[in-house]
Amino acid sequence: MSEVLLSAKGLRLAFGGVKAADGIDLDVRHGEFLAIIGPNGAGKTTFINMTTGYLRPQAGRIEFDGKPILGLSPRAIVRRGIGRSFQLPQLFSEHTVLENAALAIAARRGIWSPLNPLLRPRWRDEAMDLLDRFGLRAVAEFRADALNEGARKLADIAMAVALEPSLLLMDEPTSGVAAAEKMVIVETLVRVLRSTGVTAVFVEHDMDVVARFADRVAVWSQGRIAALGPPGEVLADPKVRREVIGIAADA
Amino acid sequence: MKRESLLAALGAIGLVACAWAVPWLKFVLTIALAKGIAVLGILLLLRAGQVSFGHSMFLALGAYTVAFLAPAENEVLLLLPAAALVAGGVGLVIGLFLVRYRDIFFGMLNLAFAMVLYSLLEKLYDFTKGTDGIRVAALTFAGTEPERGTQEWVVFGIALGLAILFGLLVRFYLGSPMGRALAGIKTRETRLEFMGVSARRVLLFAYVLSALMGGVGGALIAMTTRHVTPQIAYWTSSGELVFIAILGGAGSALGPFLGSVAFELVRVYAAAAVAEAWQMILGAVLLLVILFAPGGVWGLLSRRWRA
Repeated sequence: MSEVLLSAKGLRLAFGGVKAADGIDLDVRHGEFLAIIGPNGAGKTTFINMTTGYLRPQAGRIEFDGKPILGLSPRAIVRRGIGRSFQLPQLFSEHTVLENAALAIAARRGIWSPLNPLLRPRWRDEAMDLLDRFGLRAVAEFRADALNEGARKLADIAMAVALEPSLLLMDEPTSGVAAAEKMVIVETLVRVLRSTGVTAVFVEHDMDVVARFADRVAVWSQGRIAALGPPGEVLADPKVRREVIGIAADA
Repeated sequence: MKRESLLAALGAIGLVACAWAVPWLKFVLTIALAKGIAVLGILLLLRAGQVSFGHSMFLALGAYTVAFLAPAENEVLLLLPAAALVAGGVGLVIGLFLVRYRDIFFGMLNLAFAMVLYSLLEKLYDFTKGTDGIRVAALTFAGTEPERGTQEWVVFGIALGLAILFGLLVRFYLGSPMGRALAGIKTRETRLEFMGVSARRVLLFAYVLSALMGGVGGALIAMTTRHVTPQIAYWTSSGELVFIAILGGAGSALGPFLGSVAFELVRVYAAAAVAEAWQMILGAVLLLVILFAPGGVWGLLSRRWRA
């Protein structure tokens, strides 16, 4: 097995005059937690959208597990083993949290049974177990639109995990979450993802979260990767601190 | 759920009692049940957040299938599946195109297809007898040809049986992964795609099922009225189906039947009371429902139960 799970080479994509990806080269290694940081508009979400088939780059190539995935639909990419969560959680708001989880399980196992109930005992148990791992059992019967932002984020990620991906791309998993909740959420996430052996790439603005949980950090700036390496090294870089984190170099 | 089943059982008994006590109502109630089956299809699409303004095309396909085939094969037990197959087949073909669209485009494209069918039925006189319509030949039921009174009861019974069957089918379907995914199209279609599920295929299955039920509804109408005209495919007929769906409420498989029975009774009695203004009364009823009971008759009942 190659050490590299996802490999992006020379990705370019411009929206009019704005270069969202200007020659992105990035290898994601098996089992690592890679954080993507950078200012708004630097192209972080664009990278996730390109990798998951939502956007198609104008140049470059992406390989997953040694096979090209460029040009595949989001559905086909999901089936290859790349899951994603969203900056704005994409839950089925009229369904309960349990139904959301069960539907994600059904999506993996096959939804094409028009007469068997979604919440059949086996799937209900599996969905409950999933929610339990994410600390969501207590809100399982709540409608998804009744959850607070932290729980919505976790439920969104739980649905992606239900698909049993090898690689999970998370777009700002802690944005909009109260500061007090943030670390709890990330700890839960990391515990679940580490236990399932999922490789994770996450876009993050909270440098404490990055420093504590990322194995490597990629710094995005104007559609390029300005720095890449272990958090201790990258976050100490004066240029990164000044231009990306917004802290004076001597602070 | 228990209350829903109880209401369904009471409703079925009530319909039989009404048809027995007031014989001329049998015709009205059979039409109501037939339309209710077709409106179940509208309900499925509403669950996906889509409205079809042309669903009467499937009523017409079912009705004309009966009218065309009856001279050669007049067995009801064969005509009904034939009508379902024709409507479902056409639903599959045009559904492959329609499920690419959403919202107003979905609704208006359905209307466009229905109006094309209406025009064909009206203009191809040699084939369809145009606006004169086609008289449906005498029908047999499991090989027998009962007298008129018995025949009305048989068609009523078949309509009631099919209403229960399709009501149960829709109920199970809506609780299945496919049904829940269908509702997901309304709120988070993107998420479905990122779960590896084709939203188009989910919608296509519902569309074909709804077409099939429309065909069955149309066949029952043809067997009841014994005369089929292009009017059944006209846009006002499609509007009527949407009207019934709103009136009955989309919250339960019972809604379409509550709506269709209420609609037909209001129409009959309004027409009898004020022959020139019955449409105005129907319009006023719809306005009242939208303003004060957005969940329809079903919504009113379920709210009362919850209170």
